[in-house]
Amino acid sequence: MLSDEDRIFKNLYNDFGWDVESAVARGDWSQTKEIISKGKDWIVKEVKESELRGRGGAGFPTGLKFSFAPKQVGSRPHYLVINADESEPGTCKDRDILRFEPQKLIEGCLLAGYAIGAHTCYIYIRGEYFREGQRLQEAINQAYEKNFLGKNACGSGWDFDIYLHYGAGSYICGEETALLESLEGKKGLPRLKPPFPALVGLYGCPTIVNNVETIAVVPTILRRGAKWFASLGKPKNTGTKIFCISGNVNNPCNVEEEMGILLKDLIEKHAGGVIGGWNNLQAVIPGGSSMPLLPKNICETITMDFDSLIKAKSGLGTAGVVVINKDQDIISCMARIAKFYKHESCGQCTPCREGCGWMWRVLKRMAIGEATYKEIDLLYDVTKQIEGHTICAFGEGAAWPVQGLLRHFRKEIEKRCHGEPIVKKSLKIPYLIDQHLLEKDSA
Amino acid sequence: MSIKKISETQPESFEFSKDNLQEAENIIKQYPKNRKASAVLALLYLVQKQHDNWIPLAAIKYVAKFLEIPYIQVYEVATFYSMFNLAPVGKYFVQVCTTTPCMIRGTNKVLDVCKKHIAKNQNELSKNKLCSWTEVECLGSCVSAPMMQINQDYFEDLDEKKTEEIIQMLLNDKFPKPGSYRNRKNTAPEKGRTTLLEVKNA
Repeated sequence: MLSDEDRIFKNLYNDFGWDVESAVARGDWSQTKEIISKGKDWIVKEVKESELRGRGGAGFPTGLKFSFAPKQVGSRPHYLVINADESEPGTCKDRDILRFEPQKLIEGCLLAGYAIGAHTCYIYIRGEYFREGQRLQEAINQAYEKNFLGKNACGSGWDFDIYLHYGAGSYICGEETALLESLEGKKGLPRLKPPFPALVGLYGCPTIVNNVETIAVVPTILRRGAKWFASLGKPKNTGTKIFCISGNVNNPCNVEEEMGILLKDLIEKHAGGVIGGWNNLQAVIPGGSSMPLLPKNICETITMDFDSLIKAKSGLGTAGVVVINKDQDIISCMARIAKFYKHESCGQCTPCREGCGWMWRVLKRMAIGEATYKEIDLLYDVTKQIEGHTICAFGEGAAWPVQGLLRHFRKEIEKRCHGEPIVKKSLKIPYLIDQHLLEKDSA
Repeated sequence: MSIKKISETQPESFEFSKDNLQEAENIIKQYPKNRKASAVLALLYLVQKQHDNWIPLAAIKYVAKFLEIPYIQVYEVATFYSMFNLAPVGKYFVQVCTTTPCMIRGTNKVLDVCKKHIAKNQNELSKNKLCSWTEVECLGSCVSAPMMQINQDYFEDLDEKKTEEIIQMLLNDKFPKPGSYRNRKNTAPEKGRTTLLEVKNA
């Protein structure tokens, strides 16, 4: 287990107060000027060596992302944008950082902003986090009073401003290009990539978009050294991570742990175990709703890091662990997730807009046992039609959990869905409602 | 995608109050000079604040003029984002999170209480016109599920009885205390805390 000494977010539960004085007493804003004086290249190099990977879901190496920003600031200014639009079901880590460790985020913004040559930073916070936003604004004001921000921020000679921008309840705005569209005052429709935001982003200027947690750990990495950070966790999956353990556990909680911790340890030690005992465990969603679930036998041994979870055909995502025990109906749980995606699809790409609704409707019928046997393969087919055929990763996020359900709980569905197909072979209906059935008959 | 219902009764005109006008000017200053449109979300929030938590069409026109952007762009935004109400809601607007992490902790019971005490259907005003409720997607407080948001505040760790108490208070025009309803400290485990035990603030 990680020692308290090595935990980055010491005020995760607000034991000590969130205000700037308490934060400084905890060690924030110390040596910031010295770190900046070491130069941009040093910061980028150090973050690269720490092997920090983005904490927002995709796990992209942060140092590499920083280095994508043009070296020289040309006619267009650079922007740093912080993604605080935390809406992934099962995830509530950024909320605690915004509420209780805002100075870590603000300091991280300054350091990252300096490294990529940005004088302006926008923090895009989800609209529902109104109180958290107020808190963050207060923290920003306190930082301005202490001259940590503004002209000649922290005595470094670098001018830096942070502005808050509230979203308005749209999940898709957590996608980086949709977020930029939303920042520009439009609907949150993801953009086609390339060009990537690092070259053409906010207002057409080079923009680096990072998750709250990613940026909030940067100051500690630079202070304690890349080696320290890289020594935690596993190779290529280094450092610490805030895990949110929710669902059917005795003590749901947020906890900061080393990457690569055993999922079983996380649930049994930190969250007080599964309700009804470990044997009552049915499945775990390891990384927020977009990631495929894992059945109990995999949960016994799986470690929580990007690469091992990908090997298990799932993913770490945002590390929102949702524990589902045997008292729950797994198909209904997944049907509810499908409904979430149906509700949140932006409607730009047809496969996702239509497919998410399809998946939800089929799963809803499966949950009450009204679906037919054939529809199981049909559902899988629909997920395959969505995956990879959309502008952004929302399509994958919507299709994967359903695929996970089909992969691991097919028997459960088969038990329930044994009805005859609505349209039988012998029926020669000229206009079939269901195109897929028609194709199978003629094949 | 969700469908937005636009209110049938609309006020004739809308204008920012003096304070809000000042605030709107301040918000616009956050963005580069020729990028006023960025402030559209923030301005629509201001409208909602001033106009009983919903946005009339007149206000959409007003904001469009104010930011010098086409009416349709503001209309698009107002209908796209789920937090903008285009029809009147109760003075106490109860939003119950019903996504899976809350669902498996028993959000259905919370919903039943809302149905019983506020109104049978979503977005319907209670008998005394004070409250309305709606189902929403994940509010990002999964560790303290089930939970709901009333106006701007989060009410966490609920159960049937606690929800009933909260709703009764609202119906009596009192605002209950937000936060955890099982008296736990933020997102720390309720019992048997395992981390951050020895750290001191220095």
